Formats: sequence, structure tokens, C-alpha cells
Amino acid sequence: MTWKRLLIPLASVPVILLLAYGFRTDPKAIPSPLVKKPAPEFRLTVFGGGEISLAGLKGKPAVLNFWASWCYPACYEEAPLLEATWRKFKDQGLMVVGVDIQDKEANALEFIQRFGFTFPNAPDPGSKVSIDYGVYGVPETFFVDRHGHIVYKHIGALTPGILEAQVQALLKGS
Amino acid sequence: MISTLGHFVLFLALGLSLYAAAGAVFGARTRREDWRASSRNAVLAQFCLVTLAIFLLEYALITSDFSLRYVANNSTRGSLVRYKIAGLWGSLEGSILLWAWLQSLFSALVVARYGDRHEAVMPYVQAVLQGIAAFFLLVMTFAVNPFTPLVPVPPDGRGLNPLLEVTDMLVHPLLLYLGYVGFSVPFAFAMAALITGRLTDEWLKYTRRWTVIAWLFLTGGIFYGGWWSYRTLGWGGYWAWDPVENASFMPWLTGTAFIHSVMIQERKRMLKVWNLALITLTFALVIFGTFLTRSGILASVHAFADGPVGALFLGFLALVLLFSLGLIAYRADRLKGHGELDSIVSRESAFLLNNVVLIGICFTVFLGTIFPLLTEAIRGTKISVGTPYFNRVSVPLGMALLLLMGIGPLIAWGRASWNNLRRNFVKPILVAAAGTAVVFALGVRQAEALLAFCCSFFVVGTIALEFFQSTRARARATGERLPVAFAALLLKSRRRYGGLIVHLGVVIAIIGIAVSSVYKVEREVTLKPQERLEIGPYTIQFHDLRAGEQPTHVLVWANLSVSKGDRPLADLRPGQRFYPNQQSPFASVDARYHWTEDLYTILSTFERDGSSATIKAMINPMMAWIWIGGVVILLGVLVAVLPERRLAMLSVRVKAQAT
Repeated sequence: MTWKRLLIPLASVPVILLLAYGFRTDPKAIPSPLVKKPAPEFRLTVFGGGEISLAGLKGKPAVLNFWASWCYPACYEEAPLLEATWRKFKDQGLMVVGVDIQDKEANALEFIQRFGFTFPNAPDPGSKVSIDYGVYGVPETFFVDRHGHIVYKHIGALTPGILEAQVQALLKGS
Repeated sequence: MISTLGHFVLFLALGLSLYAAAGAVFGARTRREDWRASSRNAVLAQFCLVTLAIFLLEYALITSDFSLRYVANNSTRGSLVRYKIAGLWGSLEGSILLWAWLQSLFSALVVARYGDRHEAVMPYVQAVLQGIAAFFLLVMTFAVNPFTPLVPVPPDGRGLNPLLEVTDMLVHPLLLYLGYVGFSVPFAFAMAALITGRLTDEWLKYTRRWTVIAWLFLTGGIFYGGWWSYRTLGWGGYWAWDPVENASFMPWLTGTAFIHSVMIQERKRMLKVWNLALITLTFALVIFGTFLTRSGILASVHAFADGPVGALFLGFLALVLLFSLGLIAYRADRLKGHGELDSIVSRESAFLLNNVVLIGICFTVFLGTIFPLLTEAIRGTKISVGTPYFNRVSVPLGMALLLLMGIGPLIAWGRASWNNLRRNFVKPILVAAAGTAVVFALGVRQAEALLAFCCSFFVVGTIALEFFQSTRARARATGERLPVAFAALLLKSRRRYGGLIVHLGVVIAIIGIAVSSVYKVEREVTLKPQERLEIGPYTIQFHDLRAGEQPTHVLVWANLSVSKGDRPLADLRPGQRFYPNQQSPFASVDARYHWTEDLYTILSTFERDGSSATIKAMINPMMAWIWIGGVVILLGVLVAVLPERRLAMLSVRVKAQAT
């Protein structure tokens, strides 16, 4: 058998390699097109009164977290982390903002109380902000730098490592 | 208990598979009939064992024996028995057991059909079929055992996905699996031909019927899947170019190409390598499809697993490709064709072109399917391609195919004379022109639809002409009356006329596809009680919202009444089903189906207090033609493959009635 003939079976090798490469990727992880783009403007009324908007944060890096009281267990896992991070870094200029989506007010307030949230949380009437940010599930978290650009989006519950690293990067950032 | 027994039975079956494969090869090499006979018995025994395994799992499913993890995951006490049975193919482990069983069944059928005849090739056919069965048994015994026990035993199981608790679940997957597994038989014959070097047309002769039957099941499965999706999923469509749909479509395309190209080899001794490559590709695509559904490498609504089993399937796919392509390379010397194309205007060139187009579509679909992987591997970004890509390429290629479907069966072999062309094609062209003019006059203006109609009329013209001319010729020669002559003709050259009926079915389906996609009308309106929505000639009135407790879910539905002009037409009740275990509701479609057009309604959203409901209504013209086309294809294939004896009896009866 000459080497030329070997080309027939060998032709299938690249396809097999490509398929094998597929094991290393996650088809459901779709990178947000918003990353490295200016964060969409929002203006929300915080639970208990007062207003919060992106423009109002100018100059402050922010962690924008989308949650819901019915999102169990992921939102319940990350909630204490968010509160702890807020307490630890707020003096260094970090903002944490919670956006509660598709929720009942009573349940949402109970959630806020349960975790003792002290950072501003606001409902999202008509899911307008979630749509602008392309949120398709909770929890999702956006990290917005001083210039109002989204630098990272996290899908699913935050882990201490990721949260800490992203916040450090935000605070250090240009 | 059942767990240990089931696992043991699978191990035993695996052992027998390996023995049957090895024994058959040994018997063939040493020319010892006792070994060959023993391996044939092993095939039958292996089939009995896998059947026993199926019975065990079904018994556990029906009796809700939740000490098996698979049963707990795919069945609940409250389900109807038929859905408990369907739990067998509701998820990964069971579906692999079903596959192994079908593989064993086909293997046993081959043994039963040919017995000790053809002793040169048959042992290798068996060895390949048993090798494939062994792979599936291996996957079960070492990676995804359907008999894995569950401790502690839960009081109730999780049950099937509610979308699967419909009667369609009893048909669609089985048809597909029968089609997939069916193609392993011609593949095994091709491999046996390559291994033994008996590369004449012998293997084509044996496999013709197996191939057509596999094709029938696969076609049926694809059509049925579309029909299921259309009636229940609530998006008004039947095909979404989802990776797993594509995975069933690709072997269909290569299988269809194979069925046609073997005719050239039979007739002209050409395309030997091509035919071997096509059947190899078809089988490899079947394995590729199972790999896709079970590896989780692409996002799809059908995918149901990720984990180690994906790697096993990829390994098997690699083995199949390297082994079979290696064999083709090894035998390349002896695979030189004898004939050449005499003329570009001939049946063989029409068939060849049909093959090129089919493979072209297949390649396009393959590229589109793995495109997200490809871009991520090369550029690190994920780009998915959607329906527009697939349609843009497959619509023109489909039209070309349609045209070839008219030309292929009638044009002469070798070199078509002017006379042949004139006799066979002038009238169909006139039919096409006249028909297109009529639909144009009826208001069809869209270029794509006109083209589809034009090609379809042409094909129908050729088929009608062929039937008419041959029937008349026979009636003249034998003095039979026309209907009798027609029936006799159909029975005499069943392969040819069955094939033409299949073509007719394809044309009917294509008209349905073209018209329903071009002339679809869709409206979505939020209505308060008693408000109306106008769509096309229909008026839909929304009366009220109701909710009711069903055995497994809560159903919320809208009462609608449909009228056309002043005439009340139907009451429709589209709704949403809420299941306790599911996060989002499932659509419950209601529609008025009619052979001219379907009026399809969906309840999109509603206010909980019943003050309003958003209704999506669609008019899908000629949708039924797709399904009718599917039925005609089925009839055509039956004409082509039904055994001689059955038909001989039928023909006697026809004659008796005629006299």
C-alpha cells in the first residue's frame, strides 16, 4: 500500500480531532456581546425609596447583580458573598447594585432581609433593564469599570475566588 | 436483584457478541462450517439475551421498580403504562439498550434470512454486525449501565420530560432507530465485500432491500418528527435545522444518494469506490448523529447527555472511519470501474449529478452543524449559523434535485437520442409551463414558489407520462383493460414504479414545504374577553380563560371560536401546561387542520386574572401536503420492497375482480 492511499483514511482525522476539541468547550457558554462595550444606561427605584442610575455611579466601578427570590439555590449561595464584598470594598469606592427581576415584592423584601443586604437593590419593572443587559437567567453578574464599560460577565452563582479577583481588577483598573 | 441480573445478562451478551464475531471470522478463515454454525447460534443466543435485558428493564419500568436509578429518573407511578414503556428510550442508558437490541435483532434477521448460504461473505457480515452490537453492549457494561441500582429507593420517580409524554414518543424514536440501525446491514455487507475482496455486484444485490427498508424507516422517522414538532411544540414549524435534526438528515441524504448510485453500478459497472464510500459515510453519519446527541458538544433541544459516553462514541466513530476507509484504500487496485460516461446527456450522468447535489447538501448541513466548533477552534469565537444559511444553500440545491428527479427516470442510459428526449420531455415541459401559468393566474407571484411549482409540475408530468405510456403499451399488447394493465405493470416492475411513486410523494411534500413557508401568515394580538382578531379570511373571537387540574399538570386555556365570514367554523382551545417539576410552562397547541390550510393557534401569555390573553395565530397553507407526501413515499417504498409472493396473490385477486 503506497502512502498516497493512506490519505483516504487519514482524511477523516481532522474531523475527528475537531469533534474531540468539542469536549473542551461548553456549547451553552455564549460570551456576552456587551463585554468591552459601554454598559447600557439604567434608572431604577430602589426598594424603600430613592433612585439609582448608571450615570449616578460615574467614576465608581460597580458590580451589577441580577437576582430573584425564586432563584434557588444559586442566588441564595452567592447572596452572602455579595454582601460581604460590598462591606469590604465600599470604602475603596466599589458600588454593588442588585437588580431583582420577575419577582413578587414581598418575596424580594424577605430575601433582602434574610441576607441583610445593605447595598442598593431595585426591582426591574417590565424587565426593561434585564432585556437591555441581555440577561437570560438568574443569577448573572456584570462588572462595570470606572469608565462605564462592562469588563466581565458571570453566569450562575459567583464563587469567592472569581468575585474577589474581578473586584480587585476593577479597583486597580485604569 | 433485577439490577444484578440485568447487568449479568448484558455482560453475557457482550461475551457472546465477541465470540460470534471472532468465531465467524475464524470459521471463514479455516473454512470450518462447525465454527460458522456455532457463531450463527451465538448470534441468535445473543439476541435472546438482549431481548431478556429489554424485558427486565421494561418490567422494572412498568412495575415502577425504583431500585433502578434509570427507572427512578424516567418513570413515575402516575404515568400511563405506554409512557412507562416509552421510558426505555426516554434517556441515555435505555436508548443505548434499545439500540443494542435493534442491532442484535437485525443481526439475527440476517442470520435467519441467509442461514448457511453465501459462506464466503456471510461470516464477515455477521462479524461486523456483532462488532457494532458489542460496542453498544460495551458502552452499557462499562459506562452507562441501565441497571445501576439506586439506594435508598425513592417513593416515586421523576418521570419523563412532559414533552415526551405523548403518543408520538412511541413512534418517532423507534422509526429513527430502526432506520439508523438498518443502515448497518448494507454497511456490514460492504465491509464484508472489502474484506473478502469479492467486489463484484454481489453485495449490492443482497443489500438492496435492506437499504430501502432502512431508508423507509429513516424517512418515516424524519417526517414523523416534523409532524410531531408541528402539532405539539407550539412554534408552528416542523424543522429548525437543529444539530440533531441535521444528524438524522445527513445519513438520509447520503443514503438516498446510495440508493440511486447503486443503480449505475448495477447497470454500467461504474462507481464501485463511490458506492462503498457512500454507505460507509452513511453509517459513519449515523454514529456521528448518536455521538452528537450523547456528547453534549453542541447545544440542541434533543441532546440528552454529556460525560464519558461521548468520548466512547467518538472513539467508535474514529474506528469506523479508519477501518472502513482503510479497507477501501487497501482494495483500491481492485475497485477500478469498468465503464465510462458515454455522454453527458444520459441517465447515468443525471444520477451522478443527483449524487453530487445530495452530497453537496449533506456537506453544507455538516458544515453548518459543526460551524460553532470550527470557529471556536480556529478563531476562538463562537459563531452559530441559523436557518437562513441552511435555507439559502439547500433551497436552490433542492430545486436542482427536483428537476433531476424528473429527468433521471426517463432519460436513456448511455447516450440519450434526440428522439428519446423529445418523446419523454416535450409533454412534461408543456405541463410545467401550463401548470405554472395556472398558478401564476391564481395569484402566485413569489419567484421561489413559482420555481418550485414549475419543477414540480415537470416531475409530475414525467411520472404521469411514464405511467400512461407504459400502461397503454401493455394494454395494447395484452388486450387488458387500462386499470388492469396499470396494476399489472406496477406489480411487474415494482422497483421502478415504486420509485416513481416515491418521487411523486417527494414532489407533494416539496410543494407543501414551499407554499407553507412562502405564504405563511402570522399575527399575535393581546385580546380582552370577547375581542376579535382577524387573520386572512378568519375571525377569531376570544371568549374567556379557563384553568383546570389535569392528572399530571395544570392546564390554562383560552376558549376561542373561529368563523369564516358568517359561518362558524371551529372552537379552538390553545393553552399552556404547567408541570410541578418544570420551571416554564409548555405550549398546548390547538389548530384546525385542513388539506388546503391549517389555522394554528397558540396561547402566548395571559393575565392571571383572566382579563386578557395574547393569542398567536398562524395560517399555514398546504401544510398537510407535507404529511400526505410522506404517506405517498411510504406507499411507494412498500410497492418497491414488498415480497414477490404477497404481491403475486394480490395481483391474482386484482385480475379476479377485473373479470
